[in-house]
Amino acid sequence: MAAVAVVSSAGLLLSACSKAEDGSDTPKGAGANAATKGVVNESTAEGGTVTYASTDTPESLDPGNMYYAYGFNFSRLYARPLMTFKPGAGEAGNELVPDLAESAGTPSDGGKTWTYKIRQGVKFEDGTPVTTKDVKYAIERSNFARDVLSLGPNYFQQMLDDPDKYKGPYEDKSDKGIASIETPDDHTIVFKLNKAFAEFDYLASMPQTAPVPKAKDAGIDYTKKVVSSGSYKFEKYEEGKQIVLVRNPEWDAKTDPLRKQYPEKIVVNLKINKATIDKDVMAGDTMIDIQGTGVDAQTQAQVLKDKDQMANTDNAPGGRLVYTAINTKLAPFDNIECRKAVQYAIDKVAVQTAMGGPIRGDIASTVLPTDVSGYEKADLYATEGNKGDVTKAKEHLKACGKENGFKTSISARTDRQGEVDAATAIVGALKEIGIEADIKQYPSGKYFSDYAGVPSFDKKNNIGLMMMQWGADWPTGYGFLQQIAHGKAISQSGNTNLSQLDDPAINKLLDDAIGNTDEAARTAAYTEVDKLVMEQAAIVPLTYFKVLLYRSPYATNLVSSSAFSGQYDYLNIGTTEKK
Amino acid sequence: MTAPIETTGSQAEAQPEAVLAGVEAKKIEGRSLGQIAWTRFKRDKVAVAGGVIVVLLILIAALSRPLQSLLGLDPNAFNQDLIDPNTSLPKGDFGGMSWDHPLGVEPKFGRDILARILEGSWVSLVVAFGATLLSNAIGVVLGLVAGYYGGRVDTIVSRLMDTFLAFPLLLFAIAISATLQGGAFGLEGLPLHISVLIFVIGFFNWPYMGRIVRGQTLALREREFIDASRGMGASGPYVLFKELLPNLVAPIIVYSTLLIPTNIIFEASLSFLGVGIQPPQASWGGMLNQAVDFFEVDPQYMIVPGLAIFITVLAFNLLGDGLRDALDPRSR
Repeated sequence: MAAVAVVSSAGLLLSACSKAEDGSDTPKGAGANAATKGVVNESTAEGGTVTYASTDTPESLDPGNMYYAYGFNFSRLYARPLMTFKPGAGEAGNELVPDLAESAGTPSDGGKTWTYKIRQGVKFEDGTPVTTKDVKYAIERSNFARDVLSLGPNYFQQMLDDPDKYKGPYEDKSDKGIASIETPDDHTIVFKLNKAFAEFDYLASMPQTAPVPKAKDAGIDYTKKVVSSGSYKFEKYEEGKQIVLVRNPEWDAKTDPLRKQYPEKIVVNLKINKATIDKDVMAGDTMIDIQGTGVDAQTQAQVLKDKDQMANTDNAPGGRLVYTAINTKLAPFDNIECRKAVQYAIDKVAVQTAMGGPIRGDIASTVLPTDVSGYEKADLYATEGNKGDVTKAKEHLKACGKENGFKTSISARTDRQGEVDAATAIVGALKEIGIEADIKQYPSGKYFSDYAGVPSFDKKNNIGLMMMQWGADWPTGYGFLQQIAHGKAISQSGNTNLSQLDDPAINKLLDDAIGNTDEAARTAAYTEVDKLVMEQAAIVPLTYFKVLLYRSPYATNLVSSSAFSGQYDYLNIGTTEKK
Repeated sequence: MTAPIETTGSQAEAQPEAVLAGVEAKKIEGRSLGQIAWTRFKRDKVAVAGGVIVVLLILIAALSRPLQSLLGLDPNAFNQDLIDPNTSLPKGDFGGMSWDHPLGVEPKFGRDILARILEGSWVSLVVAFGATLLSNAIGVVLGLVAGYYGGRVDTIVSRLMDTFLAFPLLLFAIAISATLQGGAFGLEGLPLHISVLIFVIGFFNWPYMGRIVRGQTLALREREFIDASRGMGASGPYVLFKELLPNLVAPIIVYSTLLIPTNIIFEASLSFLGVGIQPPQASWGGMLNQAVDFFEVDPQYMIVPGLAIFITVLAFNLLGDGLRDALDPRSR
């Protein structure tokens, strides 16, 4: 007991010290969640260095070879896509505005053809003017040379009309490129799709549409020397250590309504321990944790005890859903009654507490998260206080013919403690209605390619329940639902439709919606799909994921944007601390 | 068949000591090796303490389930009313210690730590003993065969040992545990996890025991009693198991006692890495794994399973050291 007491008091001393430091010279926080409602520390102050830190090294800095939301967010400092999200707080951040393009795309041919005009006078860092040929080249290299650049999404490859099976610029050396992207002049670009796609502007917002000069492209090595078209350019990139960006003198504010050039320098320190990053952000030595995944559990516990520190935090929704997918193809879950039994049995409060409480996510009852278009409040399997209803669950179990329960397995990702903890809570709840679930953990890197995302593997290992977290590539119902609820998304490996839900009504609604240029009608269709998925009881929504970000008191122009999973929008962050 | 022991040289070596001890004890008396070892062991207070703790631990592990029901504890019962949902931490000081939960409750679920330590004790010991037994069985048999027959047999077995020793054991264990999760040996759930752990830890650790036994056998096989036995027409297996093995009991016991704590740590490491015992089943390694996220704000949760592993490993090591000193005449 003595040892325990000593350690605890040491902990008290530590926290007392840090408190004293905070009280003395750091500016007062703007209030909890301030950056999810408006701009915090709005300022046009110039100069200084904005410091970011990362626990890892970025997969790539090449705008054509990245998929992480923080990469999409950060890349805009040195690469201008056709469209982008306007810096805005919370859901205001979901607003799509033209960036390199003069205005949003003009659809014709019923949404099968999209035309963009790009701005006059935009230049690369070496002074050469940006043309639509550079945009076309950027899309060709990122989407059609998957053997060289494989990390990014390949929506353009799927959507562009391509009867000749274009092989990408590294194999096909002809100047013609893919036929379905036309560049009639240096400022016009036309995309011809294989079917109508009403949300094409969202695809045009991916960093893959940012111009890349063909003469400077080095394939996989382009990440080492990216040619900037944005407000900042690379001064230095030491892999695994540091990235330094400086102002791009060729960038012209007249061509860019979004970007400002506030800080002198932008530095990203790589491979820093997570606890160190949290401490540095709180002390003001680092402005932003670039990965934007929020503080770790310990920092959360410390911060929540202290009102002054809470005033420096943003608890932002991340456009993500934490859920359990029910395998609709595996007995006895092929019977909807058994699925409904699970819907009623799970104690969502226990799950939420296990995953870190309301700070880490609000209890969910719909497939679409609150900050994605198409969300409408509903709770088909409501239970008192969300604590689960054993009686109702047992009734459905009886209707399913499994009164005495059965055995199944639940999969979770080994390196995601929250997921394992949620599964533990679910196992406890299912036990009460007689379902014996065995937790099976698999590494997250291969969760979809080798384990839960392989239907034959699930069948062989009796995996009836799968832990899952899903965020959309763009914040609309289609971007969110297509991959997890459309029958066509089921694949034999790398499957993300874990429930293997293949419902003709749902498929048709989604297919029709995406061809419909009427936004209100699309949104209504997404709400309907959400309802149908819940009626099928194929997904048990657990929480709408939230992150707890610590806001550096020295960083200016902070907005936590829904478009980037709740991260701060990195476009115009400045600093008041001159170094 | 312990006859050879009394007639071998080792007794001759031990005799002067026996005589010395006998002087103090008034009367000179012939004593067996076992008795001498026991006398020596008793004199080693630290080893005795280790032994007592080991016996206690084994009792606790064996009676873990009855103890839990006696104390009214359930290692898997959630007490989330004792948890502050915002911080995931137990309400109250020292990790939520109270009369109902003497060692506190864990963060997030509020499960009783004492109950989970008790429940984890049998898992740890069953895996450690099982794995030790398995690696001993393989190591002793192959070591005896290699040492006794020599020649080509020895070459093959020795190279096999080298091969096994060259495996990156931890990586291999992680890979195998992940693959076998789906089902193996016709088992599933907890029995499966435990057997997989025993298999993984035991199957790859046998060369250490194998080398020791082989070396000892090489020395013993040239001795007269073996020649005599062979001369009288004893078969190979008879010589191996009835003549050689009894003379190897001492090193085997000592090495086993030292292998058990290694295996306890190995089991904890695998569970710590998430490939060992699966939640919700309690295990010490698994508890440590969970505690890492909270060690600054709830150190209590890390200290308890940490201490449990520390005490167990220390006790087995002390016992093993004491046994080695007592059983090996040359170590004096």
